[in-house]
Amino acid sequence: MKVAITAAGPELSSPVDQRFGRARYLLVVDVPERTLEAVDNTAGMNAAQGAGIQAAQNVIDNKATALITGHCGPKAFRALKAANIDVYLASGGTVAEAIDQFEAGKLEQTSSADVDSHW
Amino acid sequence: MKIVIASGKGGTGKTTLSVNLATALAGVTTTGLLDCDVEEPNCHLYVKPAFAPTEPVGTPIPVVDEELCTGCGLCARACEFNALLALPGVPLLLPELCHNCGVCAYVCPEKAISEVDREVGMLGAGEVHGMYFRWGLLHVGEARSTPLVRAVKDLTDAPALHTVIIDAPPGVACPAVEAMRGADFAVLVTEPTPFGLHDLRLAVETARQLAMPCGVVINRVGIGDSRVHDYCAQEDLPILLEIPDDRRIAEACSRGEVFAAVDGAFADKLRVFASDLEARVQRAVTR
Amino acid sequence: MTAAPSPSAPGHSGPQLPVPRQLVVLSGKGGTGKTSVVAALATLASNKVLADCDVDAPDLHLLLDPRRVQSEPFVSGKEARIVPERCSACGDCMDNCRFDAIGMTRLDSGRSVYVVDPVACEGCGMCARVCTSGAVELQDAERGEWFVSDTRHGPLVHARLNIGGENSGKLVTLVRNKAQELAQEINAGLVLVDGPPGIGCPVIASVTGADLVLAVTEPTVSGAHDLLRAADLVTGFGIPLAVCINKVDLNPDMAAIIRGVCAERDFPVVGELSYDTAVVRAQVEGKSIVEHGGGVADQIRDLWKTVESLLAKVEE
Repeated sequence: MKVAITAAGPELSSPVDQRFGRARYLLVVDVPERTLEAVDNTAGMNAAQGAGIQAAQNVIDNKATALITGHCGPKAFRALKAANIDVYLASGGTVAEAIDQFEAGKLEQTSSADVDSHW
Repeated sequence: MKIVIASGKGGTGKTTLSVNLATALAGVTTTGLLDCDVEEPNCHLYVKPAFAPTEPVGTPIPVVDEELCTGCGLCARACEFNALLALPGVPLLLPELCHNCGVCAYVCPEKAISEVDREVGMLGAGEVHGMYFRWGLLHVGEARSTPLVRAVKDLTDAPALHTVIIDAPPGVACPAVEAMRGADFAVLVTEPTPFGLHDLRLAVETARQLAMPCGVVINRVGIGDSRVHDYCAQEDLPILLEIPDDRRIAEACSRGEVFAAVDGAFADKLRVFASDLEARVQRAVTR
Repeated sequence: MTAAPSPSAPGHSGPQLPVPRQLVVLSGKGGTGKTSVVAALATLASNKVLADCDVDAPDLHLLLDPRRVQSEPFVSGKEARIVPERCSACGDCMDNCRFDAIGMTRLDSGRSVYVVDPVACEGCGMCARVCTSGAVELQDAERGEWFVSDTRHGPLVHARLNIGGENSGKLVTLVRNKAQELAQEINAGLVLVDGPPGIGCPVIASVTGADLVLAVTEPTVSGAHDLLRAADLVTGFGIPLAVCINKVDLNPDMAAIIRGVCAERDFPVVGELSYDTAVVRAQVEGKSIVEHGGGVADQIRDLWKTVESLLAKVEE
């Protein structure tokens, strides 16, 4: 399966970016093979609004079925839910560590947005 | 004539001036008062209309015909506001992000997108104390107020009015500019303080950018210092009216009373102010 | 670049520092004395970062004499521009623009062409799509500027929105995030935010994620009315709200009504400030009322003590 993770850098050793909409990178990782594709998530950074929706579109377009990020606002969550993408929250650490936890079933899946919009 | 009462800073007395001016003119001439501060409307607290805002105001949002939609996603990719999300099936609309620009419907090759209204607030309008009063109340949690501001300013259903007074929201962002747009003259209300001066500069810049003639009303004269007066002289801005720092006015205001309704001298002063404005508007038109 | 993430952005990596508390000062109605209260709290609170989120009419800097150390353009959305040489004057752009943002202008050559009003343009791109002459260019719109400054009371993040600038909410978020980032960098315990008036987009952006909102109101019908609208918004976000009644002696009856409403809705009234002309005198001198001194200064000291204890409770 493909898992999308928000990251501050383009590698497995990069820290998880706590932000979703305004994360630097979106890493699309094949699990369990751990091959990855780094997607630049800043293309729409100057958009007036809806950064979370644009990021969700990135996740969908890259055919990921799960997302790991720090926080997720209500609009982005609605978008991800509509696309049947499960959202998992990681509080810190690297992308590799987050995937370890994901595979071990230790990441918390969230059933609602955990922060308000404009986060 | 359409006069917009505006200010960069909140709390300088826009609403006080608007309701007092409208009260002074009601009965003298056909007068309309439009409260365009739909986020925090206050005029109704003073004119006390018997009617509440009950007419829903909507802004059109797209709806996708599931029968016709092929899920191509062109609409979502064309939306500059990220209000549509392309999904394998029908796109998801995030109505609160929609600016109602019509681009999605325009680009849809299947003509699967039409528009319906989404309610953003309420509108009230009618006669009160010899004036025509119109106001809007934005639903709490709504981010964009411009569609409702536009609805308050829409006088299609209103009686013929000689003078229309528009109470604008504070600031220089889109709701304030939307309220000001189309007026004949901008009355900029300020206080003789450093904050007042700073925000007056912004208001003047706004009026100039809209190519709208403007003048200044200095409220609470006596507090602060002379820098607002100095600035007006320097910028060749007419000082249209000075209202002294009078605790009676402040107290009347705090109780929701209109000072011009009980103080004939103040009402007279406002009527003189209105005819001066009318002369200025006419001069601006002929020029 | 505006909102580009920097490696030092919060939550990225490294040791998890304690997150600074965010206190947002709001008013609903403008002119209740919100900024004067913020400046006074800035004098009293130690180890904090200040953020002026009233980007429409930013006044806090007038009392803080800031020295700018960084200034950046605020880019948000797009705006259209019509290249006059390519415009065939067909008018399709104007007919399709829903924001009345397109008008006509006469060139020096005597030819009439269409032109975009940048204040009214929302950057949707409809005109570019309908133009058959390829005369419309969509470009990134610079809608303001934001700054980081040093002041005698610590760092200040502030901004200025261009006239008619949209999305002040995004600029507000940017200012708040920058302040939060700075606070983490210098290990400050508090971000003190001067919020905008109203209840719309900028206010939503300024209270999101706040630990405590202090609403400064005045005992007037408008003050009470607007306080309640703002309170609905803040409590809707699940954020605790405390109230300060400014100019309390202006109308004792109305002050009593506000106290009653606050008691009913469980909003602690953390301070009542007298109507004091010294506040304006302090403003004229470019000082906070605490620096200027006077009766109200002592009342604000008491207010700050109460707010500090509320913030400490939020932490638990």
